[in-house]
Amino acid sequence: MADLPSSPGLPAGSDAPAARGERLRLATVWLGGCSGCHMSFLDLDERLLALAPRIDLVYSPLADIKTFPARVDVALVEGAVATSDHLELIYTVRARTRVLVAFGDCAVTGNVTAMRNPIGPAAVLQRAYVETASAGAGPPDDVLVPKLLARVVPVHHVVPVDVWLPGCPPSADVIYAVLTDLLAGRPPATGGLRFG
Amino acid sequence: MTVRTLVIDGEPVGAREGETILEAAREHGIVIPTLCFLEGLSAVGACRLCLVEVAGAPRPLAACVTRVAEGMEVATDTPRLRAYRRMILELLFAEGNHVCAVCVANGHCDLQALAAAQGMTSVRFPYRAPARAVDASHDRFVLDHNRCILCTRCVRVCDEVEGAHTWDVAGRGAGSRVIADLDQPWGTSDTCTSCGKCVQVCPTGALFEKGRGGGEMTKRREFLAYITTARQAHRWIR
Repeated sequence: MADLPSSPGLPAGSDAPAARGERLRLATVWLGGCSGCHMSFLDLDERLLALAPRIDLVYSPLADIKTFPARVDVALVEGAVATSDHLELIYTVRARTRVLVAFGDCAVTGNVTAMRNPIGPAAVLQRAYVETASAGAGPPDDVLVPKLLARVVPVHHVVPVDVWLPGCPPSADVIYAVLTDLLAGRPPATGGLRFG
Repeated sequence: MTVRTLVIDGEPVGAREGETILEAAREHGIVIPTLCFLEGLSAVGACRLCLVEVAGAPRPLAACVTRVAEGMEVATDTPRLRAYRRMILELLFAEGNHVCAVCVANGHCDLQALAAAQGMTSVRFPYRAPARAVDASHDRFVLDHNRCILCTRCVRVCDEVEGAHTWDVAGRGAGSRVIADLDQPWGTSDTCTSCGKCVQVCPTGALFEKGRGGGEMTKRREFLAYITTARQAHRWIR
């Protein structure tokens, strides 16, 4: 635990939302990732029912909520920062969230999403929208499709991160352990976690 | 045999003259993390994971290449050393293109395992994302420069155990890379015997067998002890 940075927004012990009889305002965010971390979150299975009475899911691709709300306790952020939309969203998430969790390897290291970095975004668009596309296709319009950033970066290279949860994806057991720790107002134990 | 007495982590330890701090520590069950070091190969002190603090020395020293001395006081696990080890690992991850999730060695990688053991959950440095090549010209093996950490285990095993000296290191600093013969495709090497020793000692997924998928490249390190025992002691035991 000594390796984790302090989480100033994380209320400890008796100040935890659960201890105050309040539900944890949880958000899950999907940046440049494959949604595998969200699938792993759903792999909590019946433990989701145990969490449900203690949590308000206030923002999530699983819940189809359009705008990121104010006063979020914990945000699980999946994916690397890869587009102009991701950049805009992650600043909003950071400003409105007390505990930001980098959720999975893409958020933590850039991972598969960042594999385009050695060749750059232009080569990626050329390959996806021209070389392998049917006749007449071309690079996408930046108005409709978010502009790719020059480099894909992990979340903590853009905004401060409070908790790292590596893994591709992190297992449901690990996700549950972190969520229960956060519900209890404890800094989550991250020993034994590894990339991949 | 001259015996030297030293202190490692507060414990009095006896060691043979000429032994390294790493050897003395291991004989007494004291674990010092290593990466470029491999039992059976010469020690080069390339990775600096085995840094220890020696009383009176102005800077940390690599345990694998520092000889024991009478009365030496060694600390192997201090906050400063832990911080340096973390930093070294983070720099290794930032320097190459190490994407564990899609690596043949995922789950069987010394670098990945060390990062987990040292509590490395993120990299604070900007990733360099260098454009590096993959050499698949060999019939049976592949060299992926993206995963190479320049530990030179392959260079040493090929020279010292196989006796072929196919591998070398070319270039300088971050531009360094492992080359076959006169910097030619591995498959065209005249000296390579296709023995595969380099593949088995490689700590990461930089050298692997063709046809291996994600997480399938396990490394068999035990062959090295078998060969060295057979050669030196004329005992053919596994």
